[in-house]
Amino acid sequence: MKAAVIVFPGSNCDRDVAVALRRAIGTPPVMVWHRDTALPDLDLIVVPGGFSYGDYLRAGAMAAHSPIMREVKARADSGVAVLGICNGFQVLTEAGMLPGVLMRNADLKFICRDVHLKVDNDNTPFTRGYRRGQILRMPIAHNEGNYFADGDTIDRLFDTGRVAFRYCTPQGAINGTGNPNGSQRSIAGILNDRGNVLGLMPHPERLAEPQHGGTDGRAMFEGLVAAFT
Amino acid sequence: MKATVHVTLKNGVLDPEGKAVQHALETLGFSGVNGVRQGKFIEIDLSDADPKTAHDRVDAMCRQLLANTVIEDYSIDISR
Repeated sequence: MKAAVIVFPGSNCDRDVAVALRRAIGTPPVMVWHRDTALPDLDLIVVPGGFSYGDYLRAGAMAAHSPIMREVKARADSGVAVLGICNGFQVLTEAGMLPGVLMRNADLKFICRDVHLKVDNDNTPFTRGYRRGQILRMPIAHNEGNYFADGDTIDRLFDTGRVAFRYCTPQGAINGTGNPNGSQRSIAGILNDRGNVLGLMPHPERLAEPQHGGTDGRAMFEGLVAAFT
Repeated sequence: MKATVHVTLKNGVLDPEGKAVQHALETLGFSGVNGVRQGKFIEIDLSDADPKTAHDRVDAMCRQLLANTVIEDYSIDISR
């Protein structure tokens, strides 16, 4: 599998995800600066977490219009897998590659802790390493993770299997207790219509080694390698 | 030519920051505060000479970058 990680000024999970990819693939991914306009031949593009452009205007708004994103969009349109983690998810919604928007957390606090997720769709290159209904533990670290879209869009996401992950309690209950940030219907990660673009707020790359305290995130990268090898 | 843009959350979109400001005002003793909505104010200095052209261009700027129309409304004022 050939992978690239996009690096914006203010990205801070680019190297973490590169380590996770290198571990899964065996070779390091290509790191691509936001000012670049071309990408090599690829199977996967990762838009990493961080605070691109200092979250100026709105989280992800400036990065969504940086030169490389035109090429990222074109590759996604041609079927290349695109994974947006945390700030990367915000960038993909601002770029119009995923519906909805990530608003300020309902309690107005930056939340940095582990949460639990339920896998809603295991039939994608990103989630094939998991089972539907499986409960995962993953860290979140964000101020704007409160997923919002109009009612019709939310219904359509559920009806078409495009909700990949929802926040839940450690026992797997989907309710207000398990929802850290006020996201509509506990949505933590969604897919585009075609199923080749995933955005999620939790950080799989931060729980991918035993030294991290857990490895629930590793199956995402291993699943991608299995899908593209 | 100067454009002033106000970006606000759409009606029906919860504004937790506005709510927090409202509570703070009540705590300070200001009575009769029925609601607070907060947003952004953006000033743009333009070289356009024609107000209509300026308005159209700023409208495009709002749609493409300045506002996220999924959750935000915007209004534009053009002045010399």
